[in-house]
Order: sequence, then structure tokens, then C-alpha cells
Amino acid sequence: MKKITVRQILEECGFSLLAGAGALDRQADRVFCCDLLSFVMGRAPADSAWVTVMGNVNAIAVAVLADTACIVLAEGAALDEEARSRADGQGVPVLGSAQPIFDTGLLIQRLLED
Amino acid sequence: MSQVISFHYDVPGDDFTRAGEASSSIKKVLKQVGLAPDIIRNVAIAMYEGEINMVIHAGGGQIDVDIAPDEIRMVLKDQGPGIKDISLAMQEGWSTAPDEVRSLGFGAGMGLPNMKKYTDEMDIESAVGVGTTVTMTVFAHPREEAAS
Ligand SMILES: Nc1ncnc2c1ncn2[C@@H]1O[C@H](COP(=O)(O)OP(=O)(O)OP(=O)(O)O)[C@@H](O)[C@H]1O
Ligand SMILES: [Mg+2]
Repeated sequence: MKKITVRQILEECGFSLLAGAGALDRQADRVFCCDLLSFVMGRAPADSAWVTVMGNVNAIAVAVLADTACIVLAEGAALDEEARSRADGQGVPVLGSAQPIFDTGLLIQRLLED
Repeated sequence: MSQVISFHYDVPGDDFTRAGEASSSIKKVLKQVGLAPDIIRNVAIAMYEGEINMVIHAGGGQIDVDIAPDEIRMVLKDQGPGIKDISLAMQEGWSTAPDEVRSLGFGAGMGLPNMKKYTDEMDIESAVGVGTTVTMTVFAHPREEAAS
């Protein structure tokens, strides 16, 4: 599949930028949707755009360690303050979407297949 | 490089927000050492699952990592309640995680299976009321090559 930058996802899907502005050139080549952190750890491919509603520091740690390209918080889920500063510090882009998880993932998938 | 580089971490038991610091720090070191990205990722995933288990289930513990030219070895030791039935704990989906950590996204019962999946060797020693020691090794060359 083709690669797109997190910046493209942000702009073309109409998401908002919640954290990690310095890492928007990171590339993604798939979508992965899940909220349970150990599933994400075990199954999310490296360089995937990870769609979830988990906006806590543990999610940031998982993104760093499992090498996902970005986190997309669906359902307008909040990124807590500690998670935001951790994401900025570790260079993890976090985007926000008002739509449900599936719809959010589908928007990114369409971009990947474009 | 022929020598072994060793690192020690004390993992606090009460702090979910700091959990993952040891694993993140080792990940940085491995990048500097110049290991292949997939090897680094295997170590990072396995160590994080062990680190978070210490915090959630055992009140913290100690991690020692030895980085040798041919392998990365992690020893995670805690003085927690121990694991009564290790083969049950190794099963996907089995978890005793309390509700408050489930709401944070933990408790899928996938941590130990992930540790097994992402390492080349894994050993658990545990005694109820005494503690648990998990030893994991990731070979520094790709497993595909190792198998052939
Ligand atoms: N260090 C430990 N000390 C005591 N019990 C442990 C320890 N590590 C794991 N366990 C036990 O083994 C079970 C399974 O662990 P595992 O990591 O697979 O799942 P989990 O931590 O419950 O959930 P997840 O890792 O998916 O968030 C735990 O629920 C716990 O009962
Ligand atoms: Mg676990």
C-alpha cells in the first residue's frame, strides 16, 4: 500500500491536531483500530495510523514502543494533559476526530487507497 | 563491539504514568547501538509488557538489561504476589486486572502472550507470596535467518 504522511491525514481527513506537531512528516501505510493496549502492542503493524478512544499516557507509551505512525482519537475523545505533554516530548502525533472509530479508520483507508 | 552493556531500572509500583519509562529508555539505547528496527521493536514491546505487569500486578520491581553483540537479555524481578498457575496466565485472554486498570486500556490478558511472541526465549519463575522473575532474550539477528 502507498505511504502517506500524518500531515496528509490531518489535512485531508479534516482532523484536528491535539499534540506532536513536530512529527507530522512521519509516514503511515495502514490503519489499525483497537482500544485494548496489549492488543495494540501485539498486533498493530509498525507505521500504522492507530485509531482509538484511549487518550492517556499509557497510549502514548504504546505508540512509542510499537512504532505506530500516529494516534487518531476518535469520537472526540479527550487527550489528557499529561498525555499531551508526553506526546509532544516523545514526538508522537495525536490527531482528533469527531467521528466514530470505524468511520475515522475508513477516512484514512480511503486516503491510502486513493 | 564485544562487550556487554548493562542497565538497571527500579520500576515504581504505584505510578501508571511513569510505566514505560524503562522500556522507552532501552529503546533509545538500542537505536544508538544501531540494531535493526524490528529487533528494537521486539525488545521494546516485550519489555513494556513486563514492565507494566510489574506495576499493575506486583507493586513494582527491578529490571536488568544486558545488551550483548548477539542478544538482548532482560530480567524483570518483582516481590509481588506471584503467579499461581503460570500456564493459565500465559493463555490469551486470561487476566486478573482490576476494573480501574481495565478502564485505562489494560486487562486484555495479552501481555504475557505478547512477551512470548516477541522474544526468542522466555522463562517465568514465580512463587506465590514471594514474587516473580521473568527472563527474556531477543537474538540480535533476525529470527528468519536464525531458523534457516
Ligand atoms: N509480575 C506479575 N506478578 C503477579 N501476577 C502477574 C504478573 N504478571 C502477570 N501476572 C498475572 O498473569 C495475568 C496475565 O498477564 P497478562 O500480562 O497476559 O495480562 P494482563 O496484564 O492481565 O492484561 P494485559 O497485559 O493484556 O493488559 C495477569 O492478569 C496476572 O494475574
Ligand atoms: Mg499485562
